Amino acid sequence: MPDFNLIALVPEILLLMLACGVLLADAMLRKEDRHWVETLSLISVLVVLGALLWQAGGPAQTAFGGTFVVDALAAVLKITAALALFVALIYARRYNTERPVPRGEFQVIALFALLGQMVMISAANLLVMYLGLELMSLSLYALAAMRRDDRSASEAAMKYFVLGALASGFMLYGMSMLYGASGSLDLSDIALVSRAEQDKTFLVFGLVFIVGGLAFKFGAVPFHMWVPDVYQGTPTGATLLIATGPKLASFALAYRLLVEGLPGVVLDWQHMMLILAGLSLAFGILIAIAQTNLKRMLAYSGIAQVGFVLLGLIAGMVDGSFQLAPLAYGASMFYILTYVLTTLGTFGLIALMARSGFECEQIEDLKGLHRRSPWMALVMLALMFSLAGVPPTVGFYAKLIVLEAVVLAGYLWVAVFAVMMSLVGAFYYLRVVKTMYFDGPVDLSTPEPATDARLVLGINGAAVLVLGVLPGPLLTLCVEAIQLSMVAR
Amino acid sequence: MDSNDLLSAAIWIPIAFGLVLLALGNDRSPGVIRGIALVGALIGFLVTLPIVARFDPSTAEMQFVERRVWIDLLDAYYHLGVDGISVWFVVLTAFITVIVVIAGWEVIEENVAAYMASFLMLSGLMVGVFTAMDGLLFYVFFEATLIPMYVIIGVWGGPRRVYAAFKFFLYTLAGSLLTLVALIYLYLSAGSFAIADWHALPLTMQEQLLIFLALFAAFAVKVPMWPVHTWLPDAHVEAPTGGSVVLAAIMLKLGAYGFLRFSLPIAPDASHELGWLVIGLSLTAVVYIGLVALVQSDMKKLVAYSSVAHMGFVTLGFFMFNNLGMQGAIIQMISHGFISGALFLCIGVLYDRMHSRDIGAYGGVVNTMPKFAAFFLFFSMANAGLPATSGFVGEFMVILGAVSFNPWTAFAAAVTMVLGAAYSLWMYKRVAFGPVANAEVAALRDLNAREFIMLSLLAIVTLWMGVQPKPFTDLTETSVDALLQHVSVSKIK
Repeated sequence: MPDFNLIALVPEILLLMLACGVLLADAMLRKEDRHWVETLSLISVLVVLGALLWQAGGPAQTAFGGTFVVDALAAVLKITAALALFVALIYARRYNTERPVPRGEFQVIALFALLGQMVMISAANLLVMYLGLELMSLSLYALAAMRRDDRSASEAAMKYFVLGALASGFMLYGMSMLYGASGSLDLSDIALVSRAEQDKTFLVFGLVFIVGGLAFKFGAVPFHMWVPDVYQGTPTGATLLIATGPKLASFALAYRLLVEGLPGVVLDWQHMMLILAGLSLAFGILIAIAQTNLKRMLAYSGIAQVGFVLLGLIAGMVDGSFQLAPLAYGASMFYILTYVLTTLGTFGLIALMARSGFECEQIEDLKGLHRRSPWMALVMLALMFSLAGVPPTVGFYAKLIVLEAVVLAGYLWVAVFAVMMSLVGAFYYLRVVKTMYFDGPVDLSTPEPATDARLVLGINGAAVLVLGVLPGPLLTLCVEAIQLSMVAR
Repeated sequence: MDSNDLLSAAIWIPIAFGLVLLALGNDRSPGVIRGIALVGALIGFLVTLPIVARFDPSTAEMQFVERRVWIDLLDAYYHLGVDGISVWFVVLTAFITVIVVIAGWEVIEENVAAYMASFLMLSGLMVGVFTAMDGLLFYVFFEATLIPMYVIIGVWGGPRRVYAAFKFFLYTLAGSLLTLVALIYLYLSAGSFAIADWHALPLTMQEQLLIFLALFAAFAVKVPMWPVHTWLPDAHVEAPTGGSVVLAAIMLKLGAYGFLRFSLPIAPDASHELGWLVIGLSLTAVVYIGLVALVQSDMKKLVAYSSVAHMGFVTLGFFMFNNLGMQGAIIQMISHGFISGALFLCIGVLYDRMHSRDIGAYGGVVNTMPKFAAFFLFFSMANAGLPATSGFVGEFMVILGAVSFNPWTAFAAAVTMVLGAAYSLWMYKRVAFGPVANAEVAALRDLNAREFIMLSLLAIVTLWMGVQPKPFTDLTETSVDALLQHVSVSKIK
């Protein structure tokens, strides 16, 4: 008789109920009252956030016979994912109202995507993991396809769907190999098998597909093809959701599968990660230089940023010891959190700059922003320098700690390579700043976002700077979360 | 105010004023903005005065030390302090900021708040560079200075400002990213970010050489040394007057200061080993760049090249490893801050009136602007190293140091006296003397009260330092001795 321990699932259950409630409300409300759906969904996210915070105060626990874990890592990532959704929904609000996006559906599907992410983050069993992954992915495909009358959006959604399904297939195939090798779906059993002294060809064979699937979800080179097209093609409101939460969930997935599930073949996946990271850095950065479309540029820059996240994953095991693992994986986690923070800001700003009938898509569209809206330009400046990794922004510490972990693991030349690449990358972030500050405005209209969006964007920009001055607490939180989760295993 | 918080005050007061200005940011009431900026700069300057007044010159220890945990995971501390090497630069930075705020008073009419805020924040960050005793803190301040300067050059600069701003940023970033790797390596070897620990850390020769070169990449670009100096003429020419002043007066010193605080004491053996290289590059800068300065037709470019030549003198002084050379180099750094700043202000005065920096567009300025011509002459002479100005003291000390190091080096270094006089005075002659060149020159107005005040402030300190350099050298002496003592001991593992 497995223990159900439903207490561990309170946030997920609440979210499911609330999402259904929002769905019902959307169906019942009259057309002129539909704006309540948005408020309701925001309240739902807040309630879930409250439940997550309440749960984070308690001890680590498991549910359904150990297939679902609630540990420090899960708490941090879930809270971030819920916060990110909250912020994204506020940014996307007016953007969606001014476009033919079905409003109720957008909110409901976004909530389901969050549910999928939360399940993924907590999964300690291949089946649960896949369940969460598909719930999230299908929701995101639907979000991307929401503007079905728009050609580029439909094209992007199609690509996203086909390639995403391919990735899921990869992942599933890999999972079946792991099952075949270990005879169990539980990560803890697979970990035991991977540690045992025996022929691991079968396991490594499965691992290749797992890493391929993960790389797809992260958007790492050479599995990155979908990223630029999807970021560019989907309406910005959906891009906000695609570019943030899923990265957190992918990180959790990578951590659970590779670190918790396959510690015995760590050398194999570290080498794969090294190649993926190196390629992502090089290609992401070099191709981003050639972009004139802002969203596409950010997509390539995101690929490069993922390269840094993966760099942290190669530095966990040194000379057969996992002693440095909390620092290395904590560095990756810190990186992904700061990446989500800055990405929310950048795509949020793009959504807020758009008006009805006008998309802020080209870098050119930001021309002279500092005359049109000095504070928005300042926020974007902080975000760009954060992505470039220039202090005093949080992006600098993210790069610093990843590089530290990499040097500590003995990959000094990898660190030098990453540093040189980020120098090249600085160019296109500087170009955005140049467009905003040095070029004269073409159209003199002042973007006037709604008060709540304005407030949130301000906080978002300030967070990048405040964390850039005092990164200590968040850094410690990330490392300790990994430490606690590793101990709990 | 408690003397323990003086350094923090010197850093954060200007930055806080800068943030207030950004928050107020609009062009509706530029007068108020300028007033607030001036108040901020003045308070920032006033808090640095007690640092000098209460500075104890008898010890090489850090003074006014502040130490708080900053990032506990990385063992990084918010650790500030000054010694004889850095104390004058704190004052210099705050002083130049006051001058720059005055210099931009009526000249900048658009985005006044952002302009003033950039300079105030830059000032606080640069004081941070000079006072940080923690490697990570140093790096954060060092890099953060790039952002306001990038914006200053790009927004208020001349026609090729975008090119100049990118070149400035990417050149400097290229150097400092390599330094970052070196800093991480030092952190992992020493187990802390404290610069003092790094000084004590024994390193093998190979480690020292690599670290020295990685640090060299950042500091040589910043100084700038030949052949990585090419960003400087572009940045100077395109930057607004205030930007040029801060660049020449303080930002270049960040690199030179980095040599003293990092390269020499952390990698002393490598410094001795590669001393010939630095001296060679420095002498090239002195002689070759001096000649390059001679043929410039753009006044700002001429002063920019002269800056490179003078900074070559500074690095030359460092790597001769004797007290005279090093102290002379530090004096030269301070003095160059005043003189090159003043020269850029003089050019700014002309540019504001005629919107040309071309020497050929001028002639006979002395007839229409006698007061200005007097100042311009004084600073040109000082730039050439005229005795009784601060320019003479530093150069003379470095040359004396060079004589005891190697007479041929001294000979090559002394060429600067000739070349410096040639390019400075020839420029002055073409701009100021002769008949009035054209109608525009004939219509020039002489200095107004604001310009008069800012130039006379600089003239006073230049003269003071030239006549009475002892107060300056008194403060630096003990620390320089201690540094030389430290560098003379091998720390090979």
